[in-house]
Parts: sequence; structure tokens; C-alpha cells
Amino acid sequence: MQKKENNSSRRDFLKKLPVLAAGATALAGCSSQEVEEFFQRNFKTLTKEEKDKIVKNLEKKYTEKYGKKFTVSDKPATDGILFGYALDLSRCIGCRRCVYACVKENNQSRDPQIHWIQVLQMEKIKGIDLAHANVHYNPEKVPEEGHFYMPVQCQQCTNPPCTKVCPTKATYKDEDGIVVVDYNWCIGCRYCMAACPYGARHFNWGEPHIPDEEINPDTHYLGNRPRTKGVVEKCTFCIQRVRKGRYPACVEICPTGSRKFGNLLDPNSEIRYILENKRVLIFKEELNTQPKFFYFFGV
Amino acid sequence: MKFLRFIAGCFRIITKGGRVYYSCLFFLFVLILWGAFGYYGQLDEGLIKTNMRDSVSWGFYIGNFTFLVGVAAAAVMLVIPAYIYNWGPIKEIVIFGEILAICAVIMCIAFIIVDIGQPLRFWHMLPIVGTMNFPYSILSWDFFVLFFYFLINIIVVTHLLYKLFYKKEYNKSIILPMVMISIPAAIAIHTVTAFLFNALPARPYWNSALLAPRFLTTAFCSGPAILILVFQVLRKTTKFEIKDEAIFTIAELMVYAMFIYLFFTIAEFFKEFYSNTEHIVYWKYLLMGVEQNREISFYSWASIVMGVTAFLLFLIPKTRKNLFTLNIGAVLIYFSVYLEKGISLIIPGFSPDVLGQYYFYVPSDTEIRTAVMIFSAGALLFTFISKIAIAILFEGFSIDSLEKKVPVKS
Repeated sequence: MQKKENNSSRRDFLKKLPVLAAGATALAGCSSQEVEEFFQRNFKTLTKEEKDKIVKNLEKKYTEKYGKKFTVSDKPATDGILFGYALDLSRCIGCRRCVYACVKENNQSRDPQIHWIQVLQMEKIKGIDLAHANVHYNPEKVPEEGHFYMPVQCQQCTNPPCTKVCPTKATYKDEDGIVVVDYNWCIGCRYCMAACPYGARHFNWGEPHIPDEEINPDTHYLGNRPRTKGVVEKCTFCIQRVRKGRYPACVEICPTGSRKFGNLLDPNSEIRYILENKRVLIFKEELNTQPKFFYFFGV
Repeated sequence: MKFLRFIAGCFRIITKGGRVYYSCLFFLFVLILWGAFGYYGQLDEGLIKTNMRDSVSWGFYIGNFTFLVGVAAAAVMLVIPAYIYNWGPIKEIVIFGEILAICAVIMCIAFIIVDIGQPLRFWHMLPIVGTMNFPYSILSWDFFVLFFYFLINIIVVTHLLYKLFYKKEYNKSIILPMVMISIPAAIAIHTVTAFLFNALPARPYWNSALLAPRFLTTAFCSGPAILILVFQVLRKTTKFEIKDEAIFTIAELMVYAMFIYLFFTIAEFFKEFYSNTEHIVYWKYLLMGVEQNREISFYSWASIVMGVTAFLLFLIPKTRKNLFTLNIGAVLIYFSVYLEKGISLIIPGFSPDVLGQYYFYVPSDTEIRTAVMIFSAGALLFTFISKIAIAILFEGFSIDSLEKKVPVKS
């Protein structure tokens, strides 16, 4: 009887051997942090303590990597806040300062180049017509005669097609209306990019490169922390700023004051004033995505 | 223990073979290796080695995936006519259809794995260990039905061969219902794959209710085309007996499928070109190109010409009932559907992109080499499993030959 037991436990051990061996070889080349990151769960499902621990580890990792004191926040949404954005099409001059302020603030890769904001140059005679829009305009001076400009970024839909199709729930709409991506959970299938009607989602086709001196060390886990290759990223209304009561970088930089931002639930906010008093346009309204990003005509 | 001996038997079959068999293996190994070196570059540097970019974010890989889902589906759908028309060697037809389905599903999964940016995180989309977005994401549905389909096919094939290996009757009360379930499952995998593209209002090119029906008809062209050729090879080289009439009936069924496919395509063309809305741009890019960029239209016209030629060859009784012209037709329709699914379906969906901008995509060397790697590995797998099936079904290889060390005929 005893002999039999011995036998079976040995067999059990032998059965486990290849698994152990495979595991050991796989782990041999990785640090304990990489292993921990590999087994990390979907950020949304974690407790406050688990999130804090992950964020602490990331701060340490980034500080070592970039030689700068990093902060990685995991600040959640505040009750009673629903962020909304409005852009004045009659004032925008197409200078693209927002594009580059966004790149800098949100640590977008410089090579390969990623831009979360795309500015479309359109012909006044055609109106808002994508078939005659151009993102690669490059004149000496803007605005050009006979043209107007329409910057497009994530429209933070109330009914987002991107989160619906995500097979892993790596991207989701947070309580304050911001659509975020957990870069550690995204598998890089790019289904969300096929589903997004606004071209707001961008993929890290290669390893992102940012010069160390240009990196912004003030980050949020769901926002502008450094990304790796093979994951999708997008505009988060500068989640690292707005959850602390600041304006998004694009709002601050805009030289014409075309960009307005605020709390949709606050009846006295500027954004509510615009929605109630101006002529407002919703981009691709027919798709029923219900954006919280509005275009309006201020003058 | 018994199963281990069956595996040992299978292993013996695939390691023993003639000169043709070995040179075939060698050739496939060389192709796999050549492709793998290309794929290694992508693993190392990322998907930047492909020509996909933000504008065209899916390309050749997803096209191949879609095509192979069709092959996997159609191989098994052939079971219905085989049963109804009483073609004779129904067991053999089921087995080879399902072997083809198994290999095609494995290749499908491989194309998904090479397409995703973080392949090691694949488990995130599984239930329990990951956070599957079920029932909202059609991709999780697709994974479910493909996995289920794979499971049914592998169980049926393994069970049948295992029982034959031990010279026993197979368990009818389990196998028959499974074969029956595999038929709607085959329809399901291709329908769900069409739904993957279909319900994205951001991409008007795919947003047509005809997409799923069109997928099924093309599948009924490409899958049986391979089987027609495989059956003829088997008939020449083994004791497999399939009557000419059976092959001609498959061809006849394919004509119906081709006709419906042609009709659906014309219906789609009419709707798009007559209504002439802004959504016409995708079709213009597909058929005429934009400015000097006509690469895609070359492939789409090649697909149309091959498809129509094959349709005529299959339609005219004289050429359908002539094995030589029939085989030409089978090859033509196979490649026609391959180009349609691989190139014409995916790329115009992204050209122009959602903001009206064009990025002219053609597959890069890395993408072609990776695809060659997967197709060769699939062919290798098909060769192995078919060889096992042939030895057990037609050459009397069984447990006795393993014990008596009787050499395997090759």
C-alpha cells in the first residue's frame, strides 16, 4: 500500500517536472518585478491597497529608469463630476500648439511619432466634409485663406464603441466619464481602433522613444505614464491634471481660447453655458456615440 | 496507458515514410524556418515591422484569419451533402473534413497571436483567469465558438482513429451527435467572424447585413475546393474510394454557392454605386485605386477574374465533369476567395480612415514571411494528421502492427 503511494507521488512529481522546467526557463530571464507585472490583474478589479502597491512599484521603476523623481497617481473619479469639453470651430486657427502640448504633457512617443490630437484642415466652401479634409497641411502661416480647422481627439463618448468591443475590459469608461486604458492589461488586438469613429486611438507599433529630459514625471496610472510597445493609448482629458482640478494641457496652451473644459453636472460651469447658449455640433452624431466633446460656433 | 500507446503508434507513422514524404517535410521545414526568421524581427521590434499603422490598423494577418475561418467552416459543412446524397465513404469524408478544420482553426489562432501586440497576455481574454468581456465583445464570442468547434473536431477525429487503432467499434451515441453539432457550429464560427466586422458603424464598408451571408457562400467555395483536390490525391495514392459522381456533386454544390456569392456581390455593388453616397469612396479605392495607388485594385480584379472564370468552368457541365478543367476551377476559386478575404475585405475598410485620410497599405516582407510560416506549419500538421489517418483507415495500421513491429507501408 505504502509502496503504491510512494509510486504515485513520484509519478505526480514527474508529471509536474516539465511544467516546472518550462516555468523556470521562462522566468530565468525576468526580474521579480516583471514576473509580478505579468501576473497583475485588471486594474479595475483591484482593491485600493493593491492599486497603491502597484503605483508605488511603478514610481520606483520609472524613477530609476529616467533618473527623475516620478509620481504615479491612482486617484479615482470624484462624485458629482462629469467632464465635458467644447471646441470653438470659429476661433481655431489650426496652429497645432495643442497637438505638441499634448505630446509633451502625455509622454507620447516621439519616434515612432504618436499624436493624440489630429487637426483637420477643411475647405470653407465644402464645409465639414472628411473627403476634402487634410491632416498633413504645412503652410508658412495659418490660418490659410478659405480654410477652417477642426481638431479631433477622443470624444469621450457616453456610449463608447471602443469599450464595447474590447475583449479583455482593458479599456473602460470611468465614473467621471473619461474613457481610460489599462496599459498593463491591453493585449494589443486593436479591435477598439477598428471600432472608434474618430481615429482617437493610437497603437505603439514599436518601442516608444522619448528623450529623458523631455519626459513628464507627473503621471497617472490610467493616463500619461510611460507605455510599452504593443498597447493602445488615447486622450484622457489629461486625467493626471483634471482629477486634481487643473485644466487639460490643450486647453491651457490654446492661444485663441477655442478650447473650453468643465463639469457638465455643474449648472454654473462655462461648459454648461456654451451648451445652453451656443450653436453646438456633435461630430458623427448619427452613430449615437453621445460624445462629451462638443464643437460650437462662438462667433 | 492505452492512449499513450496510440500516441506512440501515431508517432511511428509520422516518422516513417518514403522519399517523397521526407522531401515534402524538408521543404515545409525550410519554409517554416524562413518565415520564422521574419517573424522573429517582429517579436523583437514590434508590429512596426509590418506595414500596418494607425490608419490601417488591421491588415494581412486578420485577412488570413478570416479566410481560414471560412476553410475551417466549409470543410465540415460538406458532411451534410455527403450524408444526404449517400456518397459512400462517409466516415472517411467526415474524418478528412474535420482534419482540415482542425488545422485551419489552429492556423486561425496563430494568425491572431501574431497580430496582437502583447501575445503573452492572451490569457487576459479568457474567463476566470482573465476578464472576458462577454457577451459584449464579439471577439470573445469568436474565441468561444472557435474553441468549441476545435474541441468537437479534435474529439471526433481522435476517437474514431483511436477506436480503429484498437480495432473496436466507435461509440455511435457520442460521435453521431457531435458530428451533428459540428455542422451548426461550423456555420456559427463564420457568422460570428463576419459579425466581428459587421457591427462597427465606424466602418461603413463592412456595415452591411450581407456580410455574414457573403462569408458563408465564399466559405462554401474555398473549403470544398481544397477537399476536391485532397480527395483526388487520396484516391490515387490510397485505398480511399470516392466516386467521380460524388466529386461532381460537390462541384455542383459549389456552383450554387458561387452563384449566390456573385448575386450578393452584385446586390452590394448596385446598392453602393446607384445610391452613390459618400461611402462610395471605399469601393472606388477597392476597384480603381486612388491617384497612383492601384495595388489593392490589382488584387481585387485578379480575385474577380479568377472567381468568374471558376464560376464558368463549374457552371458548364462539360468542364465541370472533366477532372482537368474542374481542378483548374478549384484552384482558381480557392485563390479568388483567398485574395477576396485576405486583401479586398480588410484593407478598403480602413482606406480612407475614419477621418477621411488615406494610408496606402500593402503587406510588408515580415507579414508575408510570417504568413508563410503559419501556412507551412498548418500544411505540416495537415500532412502529419492525414498520414496517421491514411495509415489507420486504409493501410490497416493498428495495435497489432505496433506489437509485431510490422513495417508501415509508405
